Amino acid sequence: MNKVVLRVDGLRKVFQRGGFLLQKGKANVAVHDMSFGLHAGKTLAIVGESGSGKSTTARLAMRLLDADAGEIYWGDTPVMRLSAGNLRQHRQRIQMVFQDPFASLNPKMKIVDTVGEGLRVHQPALSAAQRAEKVKETLQLCGLGDEALQRYPHQFSGGQRQRIGIARALIVEPEILVLDEPVSALDVSVQAQILNLLKDLQQKKGLAYLFISHDLSVVQHIADDVLVMFAGHVVESGSVGDVFSAPKHPYTQSLLDARPINHPNERKTALEIKADEGVAEDGCVFALRCPFVQADCASFDMQQTHGCACLHPLSQG
Amino acid sequence: MLEVRDLSLTVPLQGTATLAVSNLSLQLQAGKVLALVGESGCGKSLTAQSMLRLGEYQGVGKASGDILLHGQSLFSMPDKQLRQVRGGSIAMIFQEPMTALNPVFSIGSQILEVIQLHTDLSPEQASARALALLADVGLQEGASLMQQYPDALSGGMRQRILIAMAMAGNPEFIIADEPTTALDVSVQKRIIGLLRTLQQDKGLGMLLVTHDFGLVAEMADEVAVMYAGEIIEQGSVFEIFDHPAHPYTKALMNCRPEAVTDGGALTVIPGKVPAPGSWGQGCRFKSRCTFGTDVCDKHVALDEWQQGSHMVRCVHVMDAKS
Repeated sequence: MNKVVLRVDGLRKVFQRGGFLLQKGKANVAVHDMSFGLHAGKTLAIVGESGSGKSTTARLAMRLLDADAGEIYWGDTPVMRLSAGNLRQHRQRIQMVFQDPFASLNPKMKIVDTVGEGLRVHQPALSAAQRAEKVKETLQLCGLGDEALQRYPHQFSGGQRQRIGIARALIVEPEILVLDEPVSALDVSVQAQILNLLKDLQQKKGLAYLFISHDLSVVQHIADDVLVMFAGHVVESGSVGDVFSAPKHPYTQSLLDARPINHPNERKTALEIKADEGVAEDGCVFALRCPFVQADCASFDMQQTHGCACLHPLSQG
Repeated sequence: MLEVRDLSLTVPLQGTATLAVSNLSLQLQAGKVLALVGESGCGKSLTAQSMLRLGEYQGVGKASGDILLHGQSLFSMPDKQLRQVRGGSIAMIFQEPMTALNPVFSIGSQILEVIQLHTDLSPEQASARALALLADVGLQEGASLMQQYPDALSGGMRQRILIAMAMAGNPEFIIADEPTTALDVSVQKRIIGLLRTLQQDKGLGMLLVTHDFGLVAEMADEVAVMYAGEIIEQGSVFEIFDHPAHPYTKALMNCRPEAVTDGGALTVIPGKVPAPGSWGQGCRFKSRCTFGTDVCDKHVALDEWQQGSHMVRCVHVMDAKS
C-alpha cells in the first residue's frame, strides 16, 4: 500500500443553530466519528447528498474548520493543536480546488498573481522573476499557455478557469489535493478534459486526492475508494469496485438506483410521486427512507458501527 | 401546437446585434416532450426564453422568423394577450430553484398571485386550488407550507413549488430549462418522475432544455441537438440514442464518464465552440471535427442526410457511420 499522507481519526463537528445572546441553540451534529486515510497516488471519494457533511469533512481535514473532537495527521504531524504560525508551515501539503470556477478566482487579479500568490506565502525567498517562471511552468502543466499570464479571469471559459484553479493549488507542490465538486459546474465535454487532466497529474506527481462529488459516474471513473455519507455518518465504505458492484447499505443502493439512465429503454414505466422524507432523530438515520426498515432499526446505535452501518445489510447476489 | 418557424435571434455583443440563433425551427405537440440538447453557449436557453418573448428584456432581438401559438404569432400579439399567454397557455420552469422564488414573499402569496392572474376564482377557491396544486407535486402539508418563506425550504421542495406554480394557469405547454441540474441525484430522480407524470396525465407539450443525456433518456420523445446557434441533428429519442449520426452528437455522448468502463482516458472534443459572430458560411463544427474536408465549407442544410424523421446537418454522415 502507498504511503499514508493524511489520516483523520474520530472527527466530530457540531454546529449550533439558532440561539440568542447567551442562550444556546439547537446542536446539529454535522459530522459524527469520522475516520479515514488518504494514500499517495490514490483517490478517495466522498459521496452523499447536500447537507450530508461531505464538504464539512473536507474543511475539517484541511483545518479550515476546527473539529470538536478527533485528530488529524498530515503525514506524521498531528495538526489539531498546531498554532496558526506552525500550521501555516504545513499548509502547503494540502491544497484545495473549489467547485465554482467563476466565483473562486479574484476578478481583479491577473492570472500570474492569482496563481503565484501561494508562493509569496510558502516560498517568500523567490524573486518576482523566479515566481513568474514557476507560474508559467505550472500553467503549462495544466494545459495553459504563456498568453494566460497577463489576463484576467473573465477572459477565460469555465474549463480554463478550473485549470487555473488547479494550477493555483499545485504551485506550492502539495501532497494532497482536496477537490470539492471540481467538475459539477462544467459541461460534459469540458468535464471530460478536466477529469483527464486530474488523472494525468496524479500519475505524474503521485498526488493523493480527496474527491467530493454527488455524481456517481464521475466517482466511478476517477476514484479508488469511496465513503458514502448520510446525515453526517459514514454509512458504507470500501473500494469503488466493491461498493458499486455489491452495495451493502440500502442508502448506497438507493443512490445507485437514482443514477441517470443511459438509454430510453431503461425507463421505468411507473414513477410515483413521493415527498422527500427527512432524517430520523433516533436509531438509524436512514430509517424514514429505507425500504427494508424493521422495528429494531429505531434503537440502532450508529456510533458503534464500522464498515457498513446497517442492521440489515443487503445480501450478496 | 406551439411552433418556432425559421427563427433567428441576435444578442448585443460590444454594441452590435450579433446573430446567436440562426434559422431554427421546432414544433411542440400536445402530449410530447421535445428535448433541446447542447453545451453552454449554443443558444438553447436563448431559444427557450424566446418562446415566451422573455429575451427582449436583455436586448435579444429577432432577426427573422416567428413563434406561433395555434397559428397566432407571439410577436404581433398585443401586450395584454401576451401576459395571459405567459404562465397561462405557456408556462416556464426555471433552472435555479434557489433564485427563481422571491425571498421576501411567502410561498402562499407567490402561488396565489399566479392563480389570481389566470383564473376568476374567489379567494377561498384560490386557496383550495393552491392546496390541490401542492398536493399534485407531492407536498401534502400545503397549509403550513404556504405560510413559509423560500429560505426555509430545500432545493427539491422549491423546485416542486415552482412546478406547482407552472401548473397554476392550466398550461398547454411547459418550457423547462434544466429543471434538475441544481438538485441532488436522488431528488433529481423524483422531480423527473413528477414532471413525467404531470406531463402525461395532463397531455402537456414540453420543451426540455438540457445538456444531460440521462435526462433526455428519461423524458424525451423527440431530440434536437444544437451547436453554435443551429440544430445539427434531430430525430426520435431512439434514433438519436441508437444511431447518433452527427460527429458532434457522437462526440458529446462519448464524453460522458459512463462511456469509458476500463478507467482509461475520456474522449474529449478538441478546441471550443465558436462564439456568435465568428461562424463561417459552412459547417460550424468543422474546426473540431475529425471528418472535416473542403466540402464542409459550403452551407449544409439540416436535411442534408435524412431518414424518416431523423435529420442530420452533415455531409459526412456515411463516413462517420463506418
